[in-house]
Amino acid sequence: MSISSSTSTWKAGDTISDQFPAGLRVLVVDDDPTCLMILEKMLIACLYKVTKCNRAETALSKLRENKNGYDIVLSDVHMPDMDGFKLLEHIGLEMDLPVIMMSADDGKQVVMKGVTHGACDYLIKPVRIEALKNIWQHVVRKRKNEWKEFEQSGSVEEGDRQPKQSDDADYSSSANEGNWKGSKRRKDEEEETDERDDTSTLKKPRVVWSVELHQQFVAAVNQLGIDKAVPKKILELMNVPGLTRENVASHLQKYRLYLRRLSGVSQHQSNLSTIISAQDPTFGSLSSLSGLDLQTLAATGQLPAQSLARLQAAGLGRATAKSGIPITLVDQRNIFSFENPKLRFGEGQQQHMTNKQQVNLLHGIPTTMEPKQLVSLRHAAQSVGNMNMQVPPHGAQSSQNNPLLMQMGQQQQQSRGQMLVDSTINHAPRLSSSMGQPILSNGMATNVSSRNGIPENIRAPGYSQTPSMLNFPMNHASELPGNCFPLGSTPGVSNLTSKGAFQEDVNSEIKGSGGFMPSYDVFNDLNQHKPQSWELQNVGIAFDTSQNSNSLQGNLDLTQSALGQQGFSSGQMNGHNRSAAVASKAMFSTDDVKELGSAQNVNQHLNNLLVDNSIRVKSERVCDTSPANIFPDHFGQDDLMSALLKQQESVASSENEFDFDGYSMNNIPV
Amino acid sequence: MERNPIRRQLAIMRQSLFDQGHVDEQFVQLEELQDDANPNFVEEVVTLYYRDSARIILNIEQALERKPFDFRKLDAYMHQFKGSSSSIGAKKVKAESTLFRECCKSGNGEGCMRSFQQLKKEYATLRKKLGAYFQ
Repeated sequence: MSISSSTSTWKAGDTISDQFPAGLRVLVVDDDPTCLMILEKMLIACLYKVTKCNRAETALSKLRENKNGYDIVLSDVHMPDMDGFKLLEHIGLEMDLPVIMMSADDGKQVVMKGVTHGACDYLIKPVRIEALKNIWQHVVRKRKNEWKEFEQSGSVEEGDRQPKQSDDADYSSSANEGNWKGSKRRKDEEEETDERDDTSTLKKPRVVWSVELHQQFVAAVNQLGIDKAVPKKILELMNVPGLTRENVASHLQKYRLYLRRLSGVSQHQSNLSTIISAQDPTFGSLSSLSGLDLQTLAATGQLPAQSLARLQAAGLGRATAKSGIPITLVDQRNIFSFENPKLRFGEGQQQHMTNKQQVNLLHGIPTTMEPKQLVSLRHAAQSVGNMNMQVPPHGAQSSQNNPLLMQMGQQQQQSRGQMLVDSTINHAPRLSSSMGQPILSNGMATNVSSRNGIPENIRAPGYSQTPSMLNFPMNHASELPGNCFPLGSTPGVSNLTSKGAFQEDVNSEIKGSGGFMPSYDVFNDLNQHKPQSWELQNVGIAFDTSQNSNSLQGNLDLTQSALGQQGFSSGQMNGHNRSAAVASKAMFSTDDVKELGSAQNVNQHLNNLLVDNSIRVKSERVCDTSPANIFPDHFGQDDLMSALLKQQESVASSENEFDFDGYSMNNIPV
Repeated sequence: MERNPIRRQLAIMRQSLFDQGHVDEQFVQLEELQDDANPNFVEEVVTLYYRDSARIILNIEQALERKPFDFRKLDAYMHQFKGSSSSIGAKKVKAESTLFRECCKSGNGEGCMRSFQQLKKEYATLRKKLGAYFQ
């Protein structure tokens, strides 16, 4: 099996050699020589490469000296020198390999202990060879997960985002199916859909949504009714050979965002357009990036598919915004096409990949918000804002996202850092590193991470983010990289109820989308600061939340303020953010956002950029301040939130959700 | 020709092992693992088992001599023993081990002693039968 330790190289569904699972390198640890002998023989019979140890210490040292030398570990529970669970923990921490526990003890307690300590599986002795035949699934599953996370965190370069893609696809299509279940799903997806090939490989030819194709799509959607339009049916109606459900799903996502944007954008268009036009080049890139980020985020399962779509749309919107417009078709097109590539954040930068660099600017910006960058940020924000706009209308969607978000958050803790980071595409690395890790700490982290990646993009969609934000807080405050995206990602934030904090706000916030813009900037900052990234995300979310005026439960303030401002302050954002001059203020007016520290830099820049910003992006500092503040309740990561919140606080003033809209509008001339 | 009677006898012996409940499904698993590369796999495993489990038996005996009984320790030993025994498919021995553990859990010293005696008996019987079988 060519499963290398680096996930990036292992493309899910791609590099599994034909012989797999033959050659799987198994390390078996058991103090009982009889069992050990039998197991070894059985494993050899399964065509695995077996190494046996009768002591836990020996096993650990073997693992340590050759970290990539093993694919999976089988360990007995009761051992004289070290408890099996302890070994399990060590392995999980140091090598992160899948570990299967074995024991003659089949008591519920023990099995539960195995589960809680992170064992992939628990076998009851006597172990039968049939049970061993399937252990490879754990290896694959883990790799898939890792790969996904990896990508999200900005390992865009790395690699295939395939898994992500599938995830994205899942998201978009099944929306809430739970793609987040992460790798598993991804794997399924990949396995199930052969078509995925084109999406899964990085450089796969993307489906280009030509005018005609898009029109067919729109016709199909209209025929079905926007609410009932599901990728599968659309695909059937369109009847285009070679088009996969995933393609349609992602396209649909973008389309929905686009629609949302349309509804909310009208006002700020003028403002934004001016800004945007100035930046076009960067802007375009930004959008593309966002899309990618979104996707990656989504892929990672953290971002709810929808949010991703939204972000992407926003991202795309941004690009179009440059042109001042109507993104409608153009955006859509971009969005859609963008989406595909986006999935692969790292890989696909496809269309806008070139922009990527630019985007990087944006993403990475947080710290240096140079004017130029700011501009791009703005754009990003704008697009985000646009997205927001779109989002609100699609409350339904958001609801979907929410669940996704929620799930994501829960599941993906790790991806958290990654996800967010990814969104920024370039920043992603930054974020991920910074955020991912620190943030992830909490369960939410996962959500957050996704969000973080997107935050940049998402900013606009404040609303969607809020949901995500909510998720974050819920799971881990830590994760919320602050990218608006995650939180707001689900326009339907309302759904987020789960975590409570965001959810409520999110829904309402989404409207604000306008507020997002600042978030973008904020995110940038965040990206820079690792933990901050989380914050940014929160901030982003805050924007969304602004809509609601603070229904956010605590953390979600963001959502509330998000609307207006990008109120990152997730929980705290009490909606003040919303009013933030959406357009002009790139800086989120996150009220509560506690000063996220670095975010400030960003904010400042943003402010500069958006002269008109009505959004008072307050301390956008999203970046550094620990988002914890933002989602204080949920996440435990106070730092993150606070950071985010702080940022948001700066913004808070505008209550109107509309601000966001306005804001976004400006950015993205639809 | 002369193999047939032996083979037949072997088959009969084997069948009786199952019928009498000395061994179970797991034993079959071991048999299936045996192949040309390891023609005596089952025998090797059983030999290893008896060697290793003898050590545990000794430990238990010693523990049973210390009063009061350290049930936790006894249970731990027996758990180990049970694992081994079940791995080779020693059905009766395994059943007796379970009983012993229950006695430990309920702090039944007397029950432990009795169970252990029974266990040793089964253990010895199995050894004899398997020994004959492998010859």
